[in-house]
Amino acid sequence: MRAAFAFLLGTLAACNPQPANTGAEMDLPRGVVRSGYEFLQPETRILQDDDFENPGLLWVQQGAVLFETPMQGGPACASCHGEGGRLLTGAAAHYPAMESQSGELVNLEGRINLCRERYQGAPALAYESSELLALTAYTASLARGMEQSVNITGAAAPYYDAGRAYFFARKGQYNLSCHQCHDENWGRQLRGDTISQGHGNAFPAYRLEWQDFGSLHRRLRDCDSGIRAEPLPYGSETYVAVELYLAKRAEGLVMESPGVRR
Amino acid sequence: MAVIRISAPETAEKNEVIEIKAMIQHPMETGYRRDERGDVIPRDIITNFRCGYNGEIVFEAEFLPGIAANPFLTFYLRATHSGSLNMSWTDQDGQSWSATHALTVA
Ligand code: HEC
Ligand code: HEC
Repeated sequence: MRAAFAFLLGTLAACNPQPANTGAEMDLPRGVVRSGYEFLQPETRILQDDDFENPGLLWVQQGAVLFETPMQGGPACASCHGEGGRLLTGAAAHYPAMESQSGELVNLEGRINLCRERYQGAPALAYESSELLALTAYTASLARGMEQSVNITGAAAPYYDAGRAYFFARKGQYNLSCHQCHDENWGRQLRGDTISQGHGNAFPAYRLEWQDFGSLHRRLRDCDSGIRAEPLPYGSETYVAVELYLAKRAEGLVMESPGVRR
Repeated sequence: MAVIRISAPETAEKNEVIEIKAMIQHPMETGYRRDERGDVIPRDIITNFRCGYNGEIVFEAEFLPGIAANPFLTFYLRATHSGSLNMSWTDQDGQSWSATHALTVA
């Protein structure tokens, strides 16, 4: 990976000199939005599409069981949200979203933890714990195939702006921004990888490189470490804001979770 | 908790060859990797898979550290009589997980 990024650095520096971040860069144009799925090898796409072989379904199945299980301090998720998550169909496609009580932006993981703390008398689950991944995967799967659509107006607007600013900011020892890879160089090779447009619609997803299922924040941490920037902590407000920017930027794409990625 | 997924027909004709798919959630940690601090991540693998057909072992596999995480097997057997398929996975420390699938042979 390190070699791959060093190689890219050379390429970008040679053919694509960038001025310092001015804040005036162009967002990804509407007409060209394409899912990371389209940049995968055919074998990986087949794995994602297979209703049995997709390894992410292990987490969905685990989540389905947890969803129906009552807690000591409160009822099961299913007793408020319906058997089989009936009343949560499509909900995940609108996250991150503003949470009215706290006035903060929450992603799906954060929303699930709020329900645990408020309604189940249970402690918040740790990010990347198998339970939180499973519940997130299950809830996201209830929106599979639906178009991502988030609200970025009102109180959400400053979060959107912060997420966008992070996306355009150069950082790390390689001094690269998300924008340079995912807006300006998508479709190009980065050694063995084809750089996609960097959408989050497949997450939480199974990554073959991880040999594991992981959240979008884990993916963002990989991109940040790839350019030798300090990755932000799991669940950080900035990453949730980036998630909002990504979700708006991906508008029109359908939810793929549980996705499979290289 | 290890999640198990099984895909197999519920009914079959006598002597029909049927396809069984079985997957289990497991890290299959090789023991060769190191964590962020440079410490070895201890080996943690499933070493054995067995499928019994009314008690008789009809398929068995030995797993080594080179097997990917969440091992997935596809195998075939001849449906001779109604009964249960019992699939079990055992790890290096002897812990095991199992699932049963009922098969009706017409
Ligand atoms: C040096 C180039 C580079 C930079 C900079 C970079 N990424 Fe990535 N990113 C990649 C590569 C390579 C992948 C894996 C292949 C692909 O694009 O899906 C990836 C994958 C992703 C994915 C998953 C896409 C999918 O469909 O699976 C997301 C989301 C993402 N990046 C977001 C970001 C964000 C947000 C930033 C800035 C914090 C960022 N990336 C910075 C190269 C980069
Ligand atoms: C006692 C009832 C109760 C339980 C138990 C409960 N929730 Fe909720 N949940 C709610 C309420 C009420 C809301 C709406 C809150 C709001 O509008 O701010 C909600 C909102 C949500 C949402 C967002 C829905 C949307 O349309 O934005 C998700 C996702 C969710 N819950 C998941 C879960 C999961 C997963 C569990 C189990 C870990 C769970 N909830 C347990 C009552 C509950």
